[in-house]
Amino acid sequence: MTTLMAILIGTFYAAAIYMMLRRSVVKLVIGLILLSNAANLLIFTVAGLERGTPPLIPKGQDVIVGAAADPLAQAVILTSIVIGFGVLAFAVVLIHRACEVVQTDDMNEMKGTD
Amino acid sequence: MDLEVLVALPIIIPLLLGAISLTVLSNHNAQRWIGAVGTALLLFSATALLLQTKEHGIQVLEVGSWPAPFGIVLVSDMLGAIMVMLASTLGFITALYSLKTIRKRFERFGYYPLLHLLLAGVNGAFLTGDIFNLYVWFEVLLVASFALLILGGERAQMEGAIKYVTLNLLSSALFLTAIGLTYGLVGTLNMADIAVKLGSVDDQKMVTVIGSLFLIAFAIKAAAFPLFFWLPASYHTPQVAVSAIFAGLLTKVGVYALYRVFTLIFTADTGFTHEVLLWMAVFTMLTGVLGAAAQFEIRRILSFHSISQIGYMMLGLALFTPLALIGGIFYIVHHSIVKSSLFLTSGLIYRLGGSFELKKLGGLYRKHPGLAILFFIPALSLAGVPPLSGFFAKFILIKAGAEVDSWWAIGIALLVGLLTLYSMIKIWNEAFWKATPEPTPPVPAPTRNVLIYFSIGILAFITVALGIFAQSMYEIAEIAASQLLNPAAYIEAVLGRGSQ
Repeated sequence: MTTLMAILIGTFYAAAIYMMLRRSVVKLVIGLILLSNAANLLIFTVAGLERGTPPLIPKGQDVIVGAAADPLAQAVILTSIVIGFGVLAFAVVLIHRACEVVQTDDMNEMKGTD
Repeated sequence: MDLEVLVALPIIIPLLLGAISLTVLSNHNAQRWIGAVGTALLLFSATALLLQTKEHGIQVLEVGSWPAPFGIVLVSDMLGAIMVMLASTLGFITALYSLKTIRKRFERFGYYPLLHLLLAGVNGAFLTGDIFNLYVWFEVLLVASFALLILGGERAQMEGAIKYVTLNLLSSALFLTAIGLTYGLVGTLNMADIAVKLGSVDDQKMVTVIGSLFLIAFAIKAAAFPLFFWLPASYHTPQVAVSAIFAGLLTKVGVYALYRVFTLIFTADTGFTHEVLLWMAVFTMLTGVLGAAAQFEIRRILSFHSISQIGYMMLGLALFTPLALIGGIFYIVHHSIVKSSLFLTSGLIYRLGGSFELKKLGGLYRKHPGLAILFFIPALSLAGVPPLSGFFAKFILIKAGAEVDSWWAIGIALLVGLLTLYSMIKIWNEAFWKATPEPTPPVPAPTRNVLIYFSIGILAFITVALGIFAQSMYEIAEIAASQLLNPAAYIEAVLGRGSQ
C-alpha cells in the first residue's frame, strides 16, 4: 500500500510541476492545487498507514495498546488543507483580476516587470 | 513565572490590533491611531522581551501549558529576540510613514489590519519553536503580504504578484514536504526534539536530503541565488511603505529560518550543506549587484541590492564560525534598517521629484538638501563606508572569512561592496547631483512631509548609532551567535523543563 501511495504522490508532484510550467495562468493554479495535495498525501503516508485502528485508549489503560493511526499527522494535514484552501482562494481571485487587468492569460505576455 | 507571557506578546498585540482595526475599517482616524500607537506598543513589548532574554537567557512559553515536545512552544533566544525587535522597529516606522502616504482608498481596503497581520506572522515565525507552527506563521505573513502587494491593482502589481504568489507557494509546498519527511523520520515536530532525535537516525543520507529540501524552501523565501526571480519582479510594484517593510523584513524571515534550521537541526553534515550555502551566498552577492548595475529605476536598483545583501547574511551562516555568525546577525540588523530607509527615501524622492526613473530626475540636492542627506547616510552605510553600521557588518564578516582562509569569498564580498558603492553613487549623481532634465516630471501637489522626514530620519539615526555604538550591537550579536553554536542550551531550555 505504501509503495502504491509513493507512486501516486510522485505522480502528483510531477503533474503539479508540469502544470506550473505551462504558459496559462489557469493551469498554473491547477498546478498549485496539485502541489499542496501532493504534500498533504506525503505527510499522510510517511506517518504510517494504519487501517481501522483509531487512536483511542481502551478503558482502564493509560496508553494506546498496539498500532494505531497517528492523530498528529492528521491534525497537521487538516491544518495545511485549510491554509492551502485559503491561499488558493486568493490565488484564483488574483488570476481572475490579473486576467482582467492585463487582458491575457499567457504568462509569456506578463513580463512588464522583469 | 508570569514574565513568560512576554514571549507571546509580540504575536498577540498585532493580532489583537489587527482584529480591532478591522472592526473600525471605515473610521480612518481610528485606523491610523491604532496603527501608530499599536506598533509603538509592539515596539515596547519587543524591547522588554529583548532585555528579558539578554538578562535571563532563553525564554520559553509552553502554549496552553502543554509540555514540550507535545505542545507548541514559543521560544525567545537572542536571535529571535533581536529579530522581533527589528520587526517591531520597522513596523513602527512603516506605520508612521503610512500615516501620510497611504491613501484613504487603500485604508478602506484594509491596509492597517493587513500590516498588523503581517507583523504578527513575522513575529510568530521568529518566536516559534515548532517546525509546523513555523509553516503556519509563514502562511500568515504570506497571505498578508499577498494582499498588501496588490493594493492598488495596477498592471505591474498584478504581474509581479502572480510571480510572487507562485514562487512563494512553491516554496511553502517544499517546506511542507520537508516537514512531512522529517516527521516520518523522527515522529516529532518540536524543533529541539527533532535536533535531538535526528542524531540517532540510522539513515543519515536521508537527513541530508531533507536538509536540502529545507535549504531550497527557505532560499526561495530569502531570495537567494538561483531562486530569487520573484523578488525583482514584484518588490518595486506596491506602495512605497509596503516595499520598505517587505525589503526590510520578509526576505529576512527566510534568512532567519535558514539560521535556525542550519544551526539547530541540520548540523551533522556541514561539509555538504554549508558548502552549498557558501556557493549560494557568493553567487547571490554577485548576481544581485550586477543586476542592480543594469537598472535605472530607483526601486528596482534597491530590490536587486536586497538580493546581493542576502548573500552576505548567508555567507555568515555558511562560514559557520562564531565570528561569522556574529557578522551575519549584525548584517541582518544593519541591512533591514538601511534598506527600509532607502525604500522610504525613494518614496520621498517620488513625492518631491515626480519620478522613480533616474533619467527623469535631477537637481534634488539643490532643491531638497535635507532629502539628499537622508539618502546619503543609508546609501553609504549600504556600501559599507565607515563609521556607519554597514562598515562594521562587512568588516566582521570579512575578518571571519580571513580566519578560515576563505579568500575568494572575501574577494567577492569586497568586490560586491565596491559595486554597491557604484550603484549608490549612480543614484546620487543622477537624482541629486546632475541638473534637472527637461521636461521636468510633474510633481504631485506639495504636502507637508514632516512626519515622512521624521520616520526616515529615525532609521538614518539608527544606522549611524549602530556604527558608533557597534560594540554594544556586537556584544548582543555575540550572545546570539554563541547560543546558535551551542544548540544544547536551546534544547535544554525547551525540553529540560519537562523533567522538572
